[in-house]
Formats: sequence, C-alpha cells, structure tokens
Amino acid sequence: MEIRLQQAAFLAGDELDGFTARAEGAGAIVSFSGIVRDDSGQLSEMVIEHYPGMTERALEAIAAEAVERWKLIDALVIHRFGPMKPGAQIMMVATAARHRRAAFEAAEFLMDYLKSRAPFWKQEHGPDGARWVAAKDEDEAALDRW
Amino acid sequence: MIDVLYFAWLRERIGLPREAVETSAATVADLVAELSDREERYALAFSDLSAVRVALDQELADFDAPLAGVREVAFFPPMTGG
Repeated sequence: MEIRLQQAAFLAGDELDGFTARAEGAGAIVSFSGIVRDDSGQLSEMVIEHYPGMTERALEAIAAEAVERWKLIDALVIHRFGPMKPGAQIMMVATAARHRRAAFEAAEFLMDYLKSRAPFWKQEHGPDGARWVAAKDEDEAALDRW
Repeated sequence: MIDVLYFAWLRERIGLPREAVETSAATVADLVAELSDREERYALAFSDLSAVRVALDQELADFDAPLAGVREVAFFPPMTGG
C-alpha cells in the first residue's frame, strides 16, 4: 500500500506501470485519475488546501480499509495539493486484486471515501476572483452504498 | 490550552489558520459558543453549523463530543477531495 501526498505533478502512466510491476499475483488492476475540470471555460487555476497530518492519516485509514475489505494485493493513492492548471492531474488511485470485480469496487470505494472523508478543499480561481467549491449532497450519499 | 485550527473559508472568515485557546469548554459545541461570544467574525463563521465539520486530534468528530484530553481541534467546511 502506498499513499503519497505531494505538490508536484506526477505521471499517471509511469505510476501505473510501476504499481503493476510490483503487484505480484494480481489478475486485475484498476486505476482512476482525477483531472482539473473547467466547466465555465474561465478557470485560471484550482488550488487545493489540505490539513497536514490528518490528510495522511485519513488516506492511510481509507486505503487500509479497502485492502482489508476486498483482499487487495496492493493499493496506491496519490493526491496533490497547491495550485493546478485546468487539465492537470489532481490525484489517482490504483487497486490490484486477483479478480476484476474486487479491483473495480475497491477503486470506487476509495474514491467515494476520499472525496468526503479526506480533508481537502478545492478553490477555483477565475476572472471574478476565488470561489470555494461546495461539497455535493450526492457525494455524501455515495458513502451509504458501502 | 487547546490548539484550534481553521481551514478553507473558515480560515478566511476568522482571519487566521490556527491559534492557542485557553478554554474550559466541555464539548466542541461549548467551544463554538465561547468563540462566537468572543468576536463577530467567529459568530459569523459559525452561524450555520450544518456547513461546518470538526476534527479532534485529527479524527472527525461530532459537535457534542467532549474536549477532555484533546490537544487539537480543527474546524472546516465539508471536504472536497478527489
């Protein structure tokens, strides 16, 4: 299990290759990447604030639960903080399991929990200034299925 | 003494990221009431607690949670990771 919290950009392809090479015995690997989206066409940058200390603990706990519940061979979480341009990769998760269903489900679980239970806050910057992104009710509701 | 941390718009409204607070508040709710009585900016930041989350020593908690033995309290809006 690997958890990385960093300001620097990363190469999802390289990360996935490395993760796959290390996941001995895996028959299925699923990965998800989150990208800075610009719905208005006016986003100059997205800034992610986090809670140093708690963020690492929360990510570790969420990943450990996924590994335990779906008997994963391995799990990877990379999440960036700080300023990012539209189109940049914010984060990725990857899961390795013997079979695909466990890998898919664990990746979805990781994403659902990471969205609402890891202390990150997104702020969008545009021509009218900065705006904190509001949490969606549906993100909170998504936790109920687990 | 308890370290109190603020993040995102709570940090902006209150105007600082962290402070040491001398308090005898028994619960998080008591601490919120105490801070809100102190100055308008706190009262404003805490005016709608449905939009505020709290962590005690870096674990999510409820507003009725006791503060005994707690070293660090953090207030922040619902999280928007991923």
